[in-house]
Amino acid sequence: MDKNVIETVTETDFTALMLAVRDRQDKAAFAALFQHFAPRVKGFLMKSGTDAALAEDCAQDVMTVLWNKAALFDPARASVATWVFTIARNRRIDVARKARRPEPEALDWGPDSEPDQADIYEAGQETARLVAAMADLPDKQRVLIQRAFYGDLSHSEIAAETGLPLGTIKSRIRLALDRLRQSMS
Amino acid sequence: MSIRHHLSDPMLIAYAAGNLPEAFSLVVATHVSMCDTCRAQLATFEAVGGAVLAAESAALSDGALEAAMARLGAPEPALAMPKPKHTDLPAPLLDYIGGSLADVKWRSLGMGVRQAILPTSKGATARLLYIPAGQAVPDHGHRGTELTLVLQGAFCDATDRFGPGDVEVATEELEHTPVASSDGACICLAATDAPLRFNALIPRLLQPLFRI
Repeated sequence: MDKNVIETVTETDFTALMLAVRDRQDKAAFAALFQHFAPRVKGFLMKSGTDAALAEDCAQDVMTVLWNKAALFDPARASVATWVFTIARNRRIDVARKARRPEPEALDWGPDSEPDQADIYEAGQETARLVAAMADLPDKQRVLIQRAFYGDLSHSEIAAETGLPLGTIKSRIRLALDRLRQSMS
Repeated sequence: MSIRHHLSDPMLIAYAAGNLPEAFSLVVATHVSMCDTCRAQLATFEAVGGAVLAAESAALSDGALEAAMARLGAPEPALAMPKPKHTDLPAPLLDYIGGSLADVKWRSLGMGVRQAILPTSKGATARLLYIPAGQAVPDHGHRGTELTLVLQGAFCDATDRFGPGDVEVATEELEHTPVASSDGACICLAATDAPLRFNALIPRLLQPLFRI
């Protein structure tokens, strides 16, 4: 992993930018998000086996979806990076035309559910914490996680792989897990 | 609903990564719709995906930002969450069946056991299984992986009892004879990525006919 790409900007700043896009259609905030995330979406798709030109087109599409569907962003449930990842993943599936991917039933959070500030902070920190945790992993373990998310490993290959540091990863986001459980109870 | 049998981490990771055959994705999405524990685990693995995405980048060509800005139109308004229609089905499954379990077009497999194949892309097969109370599904092993999610009723096999919302992840090692609970019919959503292997001769002969 190239440690130079780990930005000093905190995830919370991205959350604030994303909320400016969601709530005020702030184009300057969008431009800042684009400059950070579009190259990452392109890099992610290229690592997933997409050629550079198509990956760049898809990065444009993903960022357009981020703008168009901004109303769906919930800062208490996911960091911006996580949200962008799910959009990029869905775009990759569309491009491959491999299969539909049925989505779980959406949770009804109720009309008045104002997200808790502590939850928003926790969700915002989650990516930075995970990036740091993954940078600390032995190369072999980190590569396995990356390959799983680039779509290189089937479910049975993931199941057969004993070197996946799931315990380490999960312990770093235990707070996030508890947060989600609380929100849902 | 007290769910005791959950999806495995590898299954949730492959789903989070968008790398499952459609039939498996359908079972995962349906179980997650019923199970808050697995919903939280899935969110965890999607966060890992976010971290993987955040850690690498590739330079864009000149003018990429300007091109993106030029494409921005009016964002889509936030739509109120559509209330689920009156149905006994979780939303992902509703898209495949339409209506309710009463609308399923069953085909008999004999001994009162019925199935309905759901339309999914190749790579794995999804089907609903109806097993009458007390009835056994023929003894079978697996070449690949089989996911079985209980929608209604319950079944038991050598490993345990599976009630509504419970999912069994069976691999090649498991030879099992699921038996529906005696107090009512059991309806399951099952997905396999290889044909089942029946141990008796007759079901094996019928297998190509029934696509099980």
